Amino acid sequence: MNFDKEFDASGLSCPLPILKTKKALSDMAPGQVLKMIATDSGSIKDMQAFAEQTGNQLLSSNEEAGKYIFFMQKK
Amino acid sequence: MTTKKMAIIATKGTLDMAYPPFILASTAAALGYEVQVFFTFYGLQLLRKDLSDVMISPLANPAMPMPVPMPVMVQMLPGMESMATMMMKQKLKKHGVASLQELRDLCIEAEVKFIACQMTVDLFEFDKSEFIDECEYGGAAMFMGFAGDTDICLFV
Repeated sequence: MNFDKEFDASGLSCPLPILKTKKALSDMAPGQVLKMIATDSGSIKDMQAFAEQTGNQLLSSNEEAGKYIFFMQKK
Repeated sequence: MTTKKMAIIATKGTLDMAYPPFILASTAAALGYEVQVFFTFYGLQLLRKDLSDVMISPLANPAMPMPVPMPVMVQMLPGMESMATMMMKQKLKKHGVASLQELRDLCIEAEVKFIACQMTVDLFEFDKSEFIDECEYGGAAMFMGFAGDTDICLFV
């Protein structure tokens, strides 16, 4: 999947992946896509909840070799 | 859509009890909430410029997981509190949990409003110069003005 920005939150625990996602989105334009990588197993549900509550769309969330990979489109 | 609001009353000043208010405040702010935290009694310690004195005690804290079972008589020995604090900080770091300082900075950056209880500041004769500049001073009525209109209000 194409993306405009990427950041790796591997090794960080709740709530840092969410806080850093919010920060990463803040200087992106509407419609742009952010790729986020995390190792925090709570981040799957947290990213879903973040998307629902902020209106940013979670395009996909996958697990690959112990890492969680998210693609989020900015509202 | 109207902005959601959350208010937290932070009354504890130990390392373990310092995390919930800062985690919830920073997360709510990231979700678009307007957040205020009212720090009163021991919670005021969390507004100090220097957070290195914030500690955790194994004493009277039977739920705290310890590497080995430790009788209360041992927990009360000098240095045990520093040791428990050091171990807890190492554990937090190892698991990628943010430091208190980092979480507090993220709250400030996200415009979480910190209110220090003026009455407690006077009661304990604290020097305001020891507290961060990003806090306001106020009382219960001032807090109610915001809390009365919130979606979530927590006492920690």
